[in-house]
Amino acid sequence: MKVLAAMSGGVDSAVAAARAVEAGHEVVGVHLALSRMPGTLRTGSRGCCTIEDSMDAQRAANVIGIPYYVWDFSERFKLEVVDDFINEYQAGRTPNPCMRCNERIKFAALLEKGLALGFDAVCTGHYASILTDDEGNLELHRSMALAKDQSYVLGVLTAEQLNHSMFPLGHTASKDLIRAEAAERGLSVAAKPDSYDICFIPEGDTQDWLADRLGNTTGEIVDMQGTVLGEHKGAHGFTVGQRKGLQLGKPAADGKPRYVLAVDVNTNKVVVGPQQALAVVELVGNKFTWCGKAQENPEEFFAAHVQVRAHGEQVACQVAVVDGAMVIRCDEPIYGVAPGQTAVIYLGTRVLAQTTIDHTVSAVDSFSTASASIGSSLDGDV
Amino acid sequence: MSVYLDYAATTPLRKEVFDCYVEHLQTLGNPSSVHSSGQLVRQALEEARESLAKSVDCNRSEVIFTAGGTESVNLAIKGLFWQRVGEDSKRKVIISAATEHHASLDPMEWLEKHDGAEILWLPVDRDGVIDLDFLEDYLQEHHENVAFVNLMWANNETGVITDINRVTAMTKPCGIPVHSDSIATFGHIPISFSSSGLSAMSVSAHKIGGPVGAGALIVSRSTKLVSIIHGGGQERGMRSGTMNAPVAKAFAVAAELAVSELAEEHLRLEALRDKLVQGVKNITPLAHHTAAKSPRMPHNAHFTFDGCSGDSLLFLLDQQGVCVSVGSACQAGVNGPSHVLLAMGRTEREANGCIRMTLGKQSTEADVDAFLSALPKALDGALRAGLTT
Repeated sequence: MKVLAAMSGGVDSAVAAARAVEAGHEVVGVHLALSRMPGTLRTGSRGCCTIEDSMDAQRAANVIGIPYYVWDFSERFKLEVVDDFINEYQAGRTPNPCMRCNERIKFAALLEKGLALGFDAVCTGHYASILTDDEGNLELHRSMALAKDQSYVLGVLTAEQLNHSMFPLGHTASKDLIRAEAAERGLSVAAKPDSYDICFIPEGDTQDWLADRLGNTTGEIVDMQGTVLGEHKGAHGFTVGQRKGLQLGKPAADGKPRYVLAVDVNTNKVVVGPQQALAVVELVGNKFTWCGKAQENPEEFFAAHVQVRAHGEQVACQVAVVDGAMVIRCDEPIYGVAPGQTAVIYLGTRVLAQTTIDHTVSAVDSFSTASASIGSSLDGDV
Repeated sequence: MSVYLDYAATTPLRKEVFDCYVEHLQTLGNPSSVHSSGQLVRQALEEARESLAKSVDCNRSEVIFTAGGTESVNLAIKGLFWQRVGEDSKRKVIISAATEHHASLDPMEWLEKHDGAEILWLPVDRDGVIDLDFLEDYLQEHHENVAFVNLMWANNETGVITDINRVTAMTKPCGIPVHSDSIATFGHIPISFSSSGLSAMSVSAHKIGGPVGAGALIVSRSTKLVSIIHGGGQERGMRSGTMNAPVAKAFAVAAELAVSELAEEHLRLEALRDKLVQGVKNITPLAHHTAAKSPRMPHNAHFTFDGCSGDSLLFLLDQQGVCVSVGSACQAGVNGPSHVLLAMGRTEREANGCIRMTLGKQSTEADVDAFLSALPKALDGALRAGLTT
């Protein structure tokens, strides 16, 4: 096959490209330029879009012995990922830009371009596996290296996209093995630190970055009954589930800590309350996609697991499509889920579907959210 | 064996240049040393200076050797600005155009950001021609605020030539110095520094068959500029650092060859270029020859293609062994939309959909034919990929 290896400049995509070559494919390395104004050097472990990253990718391609190009996707990235990120926050939702990038850039814009230019597949360094079922359908599964599993951020892939995707790292048991392999192959990125932050926020401070773009307006911090407890300097500074930094002065009546339950962008209010009020028992997403073959009779509730953040725990649940929306009933409450986050549905290790959460049903009566949460679901990488 | 159509990026080192370079690399001595070993190397350096002076038609003392074009341009822009502002603090305006190379744009913008410079960007039309009437009017009204004028002789992407003699005729009465980045012109069309009226002119070796890392700033004897490198005071105090005689010698040989062959090569390359342009037009109506009616360099063919991105075309041509460019190579090999085309009032789509072919000494009909036979397949794929970026 003619394979387009997306190379970020990190160790994973470099080893993935090398494995694709070894598997006998004709591989071309491509680095996606996602910013018109790339930083010159990384600071700390951050980023995959700096000039240094591009140079690292090129050097890796040279060592592997494949052609290498940089393609400019900055305009598309800005429209589809960065602007979406800002708009989602503005609407009081918590987006996952890495998922959007996979959905709209790597496995859409890049894949479309690759197919048009004569390639058969896009290869990336994601930790996930593509398996084939008895009927020949492609399935996306969790990586063997569970600690690094990235199947969550690939949950947006459709059967057609899976058909043109290649994840050569999925069968490796740990990242350490990948690093060792990279060193053995003479790839200088073998010891390069992982990236953990949002690549387009160079300083790594999401709240400051958002404040620069959305402004900061002083507002009230209230409890679930609407009683004003204090003042905040800007809603973007708060994350659902956050406990520290509320600066409320006096403790709650019961003496227990208070958590951010929601941020209402319409009234610019931050709502706080006890931990149990964070508990959510039902998630509803109006738009969803099947990852590979669709569930049979999805109108009937079936047992599955749901995961709501990149490296979060999965929770047992019952799922069904009700009136065109995906409804997920959790067997036990999950905490700190905000609209805008993505719920990925698993059957065993297989990714079955994904939906962007539109509203949640609280375990505590009269505290379900339909919007109004500002926070960050980003605890992982791309 | 690939077909190389990117001579504006860099050129093959010529055999004569290589031999001379290697020979002088083996000579021991610092040209500033007083002993005979030093003097021998100094002699080679001064021969190179004299030879290069002859090639650019200037006085030998006007040649300041540097480590390349970008350094030459930086020395001219920063050196002239600091000199002029030092003489008269209100002279803060640099007159230039947004079609300049980044070697010019970035130091100017750096001075604007850090040192109080004000940049007047001259209007540029869709065909890449700079509005010199605007310059004339501006100078009549405001010349007392002007530090200097900075305009490249020919544009490295589109090949459009600016009438430098007309520029200096305008600036001469008000005593305003002019620097011209002549890197894309020198060795390709006739250049005479002495009759150009320029105060400073940047040239580079690797665009004309010389080695990378060799450049010169030609500075007229009456022009003063502040050095950006301080040290041993070499090169009229304008460029400190041990002088690189082998590189200077190699540059001089490359320049001498290019200038001596210029008239013949000009005609030959122009004919080849015209064949290439016609060939592209015959293949597709989607190709638009940039600045076709403007005065332009004989070895440059620049096109925009409807519905294609330049990097797709480049990739698909490269896959077939044909090397072209999408304009000036940018940081990290990222090909953003060409700032030159944007400055010419072209849309981002046009600026994303361009490729440049440049010819040189080793270019042949076979190269042009190979390009023309690779183009239909590349176009086909690029059109399918569309403007996905």
